[in-house]
Amino acid sequence: MVQYPSIDWLAIAPLIVLLGGTLLVLVTGSLTKVWPRGLYAVSTAVLSAAALVVEMVLWNRVGHEGPVSIINDALAIDRFTLFVWIGVTIATGLVSLSTSEYLRREQLEGPETYTMYVCAAIGAMIMAASNDMVVLFLGLETLSIALYVLAASHRRRVDSQESGLKYFVLGGFASAFFLYGIALVYGAVGTTNIARSGQLLSQQVFVKGDDALLLAGVALLMVGLAFKVAAVPFHFWTPDVYQGAPTPSTSFMASVGKFAAFAAMLRVLTTALGPRADDWRPVVWVLAIASVVVGSILAIVQSDVKRMLAYSSIGHAGFILIGVEAAGHAGDQDGIPSSLLYLLLYSVLVIGTFTVVSLVTRSGDRASDIGSFRGLGKERPLLALAMTVFLLAQAGMPVTSGFIAKFSVIKAAADNESYAVAIVAMVASVVSAFLYLRIMISMWMSDAESGDEAREKVTVPWTAGVVVLASVVFTLVAGVFPGWLIDATRDALVVVR
Amino acid sequence: MSLFAASAPAAPFPVLTALVLVPLIGAVLTALGSRHRPEITKLVALVSSVATAGMSLWLLAEFDSHEGGFQLVSRHSWIDSWGIGWHLGVDGISLFLVVLTGVLFPLVIVGCDPHHDEKPYLAWLLLLEAGVMGSFLSLDLVLFFLFFEIVLVPMYFLIGGWGYDQRVYAATKFFLYTMVGSALMLVGIVTTALLARDDLGRLTFDLVEIAEGSNFAASTGRWLFFAFAIAFAVKVPLFPLHTWLPDAHTQAPTAGSVILAGVLLKLGTYGLLRFGVYLFPEAAVWSREVFLTLAVIGIIWGAVAATMQSDLKRLVAYSSVAHLGFIVLGTFAFTSEAISGGVMQMVNHGVSTGALFLLVGMIYERRHTRQIAELKGLQKVAPIFAAAFMVVMLSSIGVPGLNGFVGEFLVLIGSFSTARWWVVIGATGVILAALYLLWAYQRVFHGEPDEANSSFRELRLREGAVLFPFIALIVFCGVYPKPMLDRIEPSVKALLERVEEKTDFVVPVSDHTGHGEGGEG
Repeated sequence: MVQYPSIDWLAIAPLIVLLGGTLLVLVTGSLTKVWPRGLYAVSTAVLSAAALVVEMVLWNRVGHEGPVSIINDALAIDRFTLFVWIGVTIATGLVSLSTSEYLRREQLEGPETYTMYVCAAIGAMIMAASNDMVVLFLGLETLSIALYVLAASHRRRVDSQESGLKYFVLGGFASAFFLYGIALVYGAVGTTNIARSGQLLSQQVFVKGDDALLLAGVALLMVGLAFKVAAVPFHFWTPDVYQGAPTPSTSFMASVGKFAAFAAMLRVLTTALGPRADDWRPVVWVLAIASVVVGSILAIVQSDVKRMLAYSSIGHAGFILIGVEAAGHAGDQDGIPSSLLYLLLYSVLVIGTFTVVSLVTRSGDRASDIGSFRGLGKERPLLALAMTVFLLAQAGMPVTSGFIAKFSVIKAAADNESYAVAIVAMVASVVSAFLYLRIMISMWMSDAESGDEAREKVTVPWTAGVVVLASVVFTLVAGVFPGWLIDATRDALVVVR
Repeated sequence: MSLFAASAPAAPFPVLTALVLVPLIGAVLTALGSRHRPEITKLVALVSSVATAGMSLWLLAEFDSHEGGFQLVSRHSWIDSWGIGWHLGVDGISLFLVVLTGVLFPLVIVGCDPHHDEKPYLAWLLLLEAGVMGSFLSLDLVLFFLFFEIVLVPMYFLIGGWGYDQRVYAATKFFLYTMVGSALMLVGIVTTALLARDDLGRLTFDLVEIAEGSNFAASTGRWLFFAFAIAFAVKVPLFPLHTWLPDAHTQAPTAGSVILAGVLLKLGTYGLLRFGVYLFPEAAVWSREVFLTLAVIGIIWGAVAATMQSDLKRLVAYSSVAHLGFIVLGTFAFTSEAISGGVMQMVNHGVSTGALFLLVGMIYERRHTRQIAELKGLQKVAPIFAAAFMVVMLSSIGVPGLNGFVGEFLVLIGSFSTARWWVVIGATGVILAALYLLWAYQRVFHGEPDEANSSFRELRLREGAVLFPFIALIVFCGVYPKPMLDRIEPSVKALLERVEEKTDFVVPVSDHTGHGEGGEG
């Protein structure tokens, strides 16, 4: 008789809430006529809020009872997991709200996009929680397939189709690399369980040259993960996909996608491969430096805002990789918290930024050239001001969350005496500041050109307005009072091992 | 035993915190104000800047002139997890810079007209004031960095939004140049605190705690000093990092130029003293010859470049490079007179160059040109204006009896014993200053006015009222600098004692200065 594992239902309640809820929305949505304006988005946001409440309860429970490994050690419920879950859930809610009027404007209204968001979020959450490489792969595929669909979801735009196809082909390769990596590591260690791999590796002493299988596996895993986080040199898909995808989907990829990929990377590298940190740390070092440098330099030569932000997101991935690199040093206490903090702060920032972009690209989602921001300061001063806050935060200006994010990563690097990477990253961030300045110049300081009058006016629907306002408030509050967030990320250090 | 520990009891009214928060609140209120009631917006801005000025003057009265340490300290925990605190304090080095900031902003708000979009203009100005105040008062490394960096944003928008033709280029250049320096400084700040953690037993970014409790190895201290010094050298600006300055000054609106020259550049020289010399005395002494040389090159370079300018505003901008060179020269001479003179010169340069930019701005308002060649004979048509320009210009040259002389003279005489040959070359800068300023004056004001210049308007009452405080300060500090020096000296002495204690540098004891020494005389 098959022995079924016991299931801790509360621990997976956020997943169940999201899945059940979104299926309900999908089914009722397809059986009824088009819902009133904004209701799909609001119901998805409410769903996220419900999941968020359960996650908070779990956060508390883990605080009292410690981290647990559930369902036959398939999922790890610790504060690391919950931090990512909370971040992903909030991001899903925000992106759903910002999508509402976009779909209406583009005449794509329906429940499917929201279902895709939630499915992707569930994949992301499984990735973050997975305590087994195979489960991790399941999460990765759930997330990726939903993202491919989202990228191609603007049915009438060829660019969107193209971006979906590109992402699919390249993403498929990356997944294959990752899967092969799992197989090789399994061959070397004898288990796919993440926590147990860590234990075994710390006891196992390889005879010189005998660990080729493991190292090859690690290399393949790194390729797969680096592709997902869009680190140089595995970044080539990013600009095309970010530019072509519908803007809200781009914002979802840049927030939830990054969050999940980095969570998986941190879990695999620090827990499963923690004992072999000396082997993977130099790789991460190179990826980090390459990403901050290439990301910022290529960002400033773009003329399309979505491409700019794609390259800038590569630069930000480089910053997060600095935190990952720090986590590879023995006895480090700052690497994982700083990466998580950066991820959370950046996710909110990037959602805010892309929400503004989605409003400015106007009907058809085509006007993403930097010129379409021209005169926004005159036409919509508050929206332009919000965008300015986001851009300054991405540049790392103090009093915004961006500064706290950069500071935490730089501190983690300096604490491990990785001064070179800290200096290179800071100088690169100055280079990328030029890109943010260019958008600000366009908004505030450029003179009107002929034909500007004829452009469609930028409108700010309340749903998008709420997202922008919430993001601005969070950006500033987290910039001035980051203490509670820092403490929360420190709690995330205790993981299932 | 501690030299820099706060000895004065905390003031009942947290005046230093208020100095930062009042303009900040003013900025927010101004930004929130209605676009249709500009007079209310202006009133709010004026009230908050005047209130700040009043508090800065009250601070001047409260200040204990015999005390070399930090006074009126305000200390609260902020980001405990990282050991970052809200720690403000004032000493003789920062006191007059704070007062100058407080006084300069209301004058600028009254005296300069943005011509368009007054509401955001005023909001940016007040935010700038909060940032500058915070930078001068912060005693926490991260807090300082925060203010130091945030200053960029309003200045960027002021230059870019209200400047002249090349404003976007100048604003971007200003922003990026300064940010490169700050980037290195941030790594330096973080590393300093992390290394000091080993000595202190806990992570803190508190300037005083780190300075007193830590003991950096010489080579470490030098790297860290370098990381800080680059940021400040850009800000000063020190040759060869000065190229952003002429563009930013020339393209900025008048208010921007006045603030930039008046207080923003001092963030660099002040930072060198407060964070460079105080935190890393060994490294500062070790690298003094480099700084002295760059300072002297700056003096000569600035003066020569100023001589050759055809644009009056650009001329004044280059003269700033030269004047700031004197301050750096004084700072790295490491004598009491030289550093005190340097601190005085920071204030004096703020007053006289600020006033010069105001006057050049007035000329532009009237004639819509800054080209020296297009101006002629203004003395004939506007004698009072010319007289005011003359006084300010003479102060900038450093004519005895006006404020410019006191600072420059103290720097030169104080540096003579420890940096003789640099002084010998640097002193020619004084002569060159007379050359380029007098020559410019001669070309603009002397002679017979041609047709375009004959309708040049005389100084108006409001303009005169704005200029009056500048001229009063120029004369007062020139004739009677003792009260100022009395307050500066104790802090400078404390700083030098620290330099002597931490290094083998011997600060020469001198008795040839007739000024100051209030506590001992």
